[in-house]
Amino acid sequence: MFIKEFINAITAPYFLITAAGILLFVSLKYPGKFYTNRSALIVFSGMFLFLGLSVIDPNFRKIVTKPDNVPIVGMLFLIPFFTWFALREAVRNDQRTAEGKPLIEQEETADKVLTWPDLVYTELICMVVLTVILIGWSMTLEAPLEEPANPSASPNPSKAPWYFLGLQEMLVYFDPWLAGVVFPGLIIVGLMAIPYIDTNPKGNGYFTLKERKWEISTFLFGFLILWILLVILGTFLRGPNWNFFGPYEFWDIHKLEALVNVNLSEYIWVKALGMGLPKNPLIREFFGFVAVLTYLLAMPPLLARTLLKRFYNTLGPVRFHLMTFLLLAMMALPIKMVLRWLFNLKYIIGIPEYFFNI
Amino acid sequence: MANFSDRLKETFKNLSPAKVGEWIQESQIYRSIFRIGVPDSDRKRMLVMLGSVFLHLHPVKVRKSGIRMRYTWCMGGITFFLFLVLTFTGLLLMFYYRPTLEYAYVDIRDLREQVPLGIMREIHRWGAHAMVIAVWLHMYRVFMTGSYKPPREFNWNVGVILLVLTLLLSFTGYLLPWDQLAIWAITVGSNMARATPFAGHEGPGAALLKLGDIPLVSNSSDARFALLGGRFVGEGALLRFYVLHCVGLPLVAGFLMAIHFWRIRRDGGISGPL
Repeated sequence: MFIKEFINAITAPYFLITAAGILLFVSLKYPGKFYTNRSALIVFSGMFLFLGLSVIDPNFRKIVTKPDNVPIVGMLFLIPFFTWFALREAVRNDQRTAEGKPLIEQEETADKVLTWPDLVYTELICMVVLTVILIGWSMTLEAPLEEPANPSASPNPSKAPWYFLGLQEMLVYFDPWLAGVVFPGLIIVGLMAIPYIDTNPKGNGYFTLKERKWEISTFLFGFLILWILLVILGTFLRGPNWNFFGPYEFWDIHKLEALVNVNLSEYIWVKALGMGLPKNPLIREFFGFVAVLTYLLAMPPLLARTLLKRFYNTLGPVRFHLMTFLLLAMMALPIKMVLRWLFNLKYIIGIPEYFFNI
Repeated sequence: MANFSDRLKETFKNLSPAKVGEWIQESQIYRSIFRIGVPDSDRKRMLVMLGSVFLHLHPVKVRKSGIRMRYTWCMGGITFFLFLVLTFTGLLLMFYYRPTLEYAYVDIRDLREQVPLGIMREIHRWGAHAMVIAVWLHMYRVFMTGSYKPPREFNWNVGVILLVLTLLLSFTGYLLPWDQLAIWAITVGSNMARATPFAGHEGPGAALLKLGDIPLVSNSSDARFALLGGRFVGEGALLRFYVLHCVGLPLVAGFLMAIHFWRIRRDGGISGPL
């Protein structure tokens, strides 16, 4: 009972996301300690144990065994597994480089083998195994089919398809025009821009961490924390009214969460200056505009001179500003999250008259 | 007469699977289809790669490091295979499914209850989920090995578009069963389009676009309306998603896949250390 309460408490979004973020960066700082066979054994047996014991709980079982959630349970294992695998290879390669030995991949680069049978047979085996898995999966688990569509009875919670739940989770922190349109657009643009921003010639065609630490850390933060973790959070831990529910908590439709979020304008005009809110929205949101514009326009030159100086020197102005813009856009989400958790900040700029809320 | 039956006995006595195989392989029909025969020598193994329209996607020889499972995770191949599985099962589903409000749901229910071997829909649905995960893992592997770096920048971009198309294919397919799960997931997803800046009626800036008193962007002329073919998820949306799911998106995806595979070859094959 106590353990369940504890797990319910530590899976709260603010704790889960922060802890996962810290864990990721610490593990990238000391990859030789984290990405070993032993740590994998511990983590994965721990996960199996957790899952095996948890399905006894009826609330947990109800969510996890929902047919459409089964692939996400699979992903819960696949993504950490491949993360561990890629970084273990990277650690091994980095060790080899340090010792002056050739990379794992390099040992066989010069060997050319015939595609038939070496590659064709691998592919054939993959196809057979996958077919068997798919047929087995399909025979044991029926595809979900609920009641016929009824436009007048909306279920609570209404959830998007699971791969978009990261975006739906973003709606907690941003309005739809950002979470549903601008940020997804920027994710696509950002992914496409990667090969043109990253001018580091090293690490092309083999696993490595040391030679590409910055690129890999940034990508992993975006992919693992801001995408995969939010998908998992949105699937398993968000219940009616998109309220947070721990894994063992009953999805109570009447659970109330206090709406205590306050806009920046109210913080400044009402609480700090002791005046009422100005009528003109542009004056009211003046400080918000200053904050956002400073973030987007003043930060890049500042970063070019301080923290990211080496990138400015190697990338040149165009690549550098593209990179910092995308980076700042990505970091806007964790920044807004922290502001929400610490100060209950609702909007930095809030002009609902024009649907312009940030 | 006895002579004939003796000869028949003799023939059957000498019959072995190897003999039958040999006989088939020497027949004119077999030779006309598989010109090379069993690839039992290196020469034939090369010729077989060149002679088949499917196998010639691959080069004759590959770097040993490039085809290791520990390097490729086989995720690109799995994604493509799943696409083929989904095309095949999808085709079978189209025989039974009519995209109208009247029939969509009952057709899906009948697939389970009336149609023999009724796991086609299951294979289609689970295969689709698996494909989304496989695409992510493929991108993950390509990033972690730095395989997007020159000369493969463009192919990475084609891959990103294919990733988006995979999600859109899955999204459009999600509506077709026309149950509560389907329409509300699509309602939640497409509600976002309402907030598109300038192009959605609840998006920032949309209120500024008007001629005199007439707003140009309303709930029946905005991005969401274009997506759904209506103001809510109804008949128009079902037909639109059906056409996109079965024809439009697979065509575009197939076209881009051709480019994707071709460019792998042109850009120097599966990546590896230089």
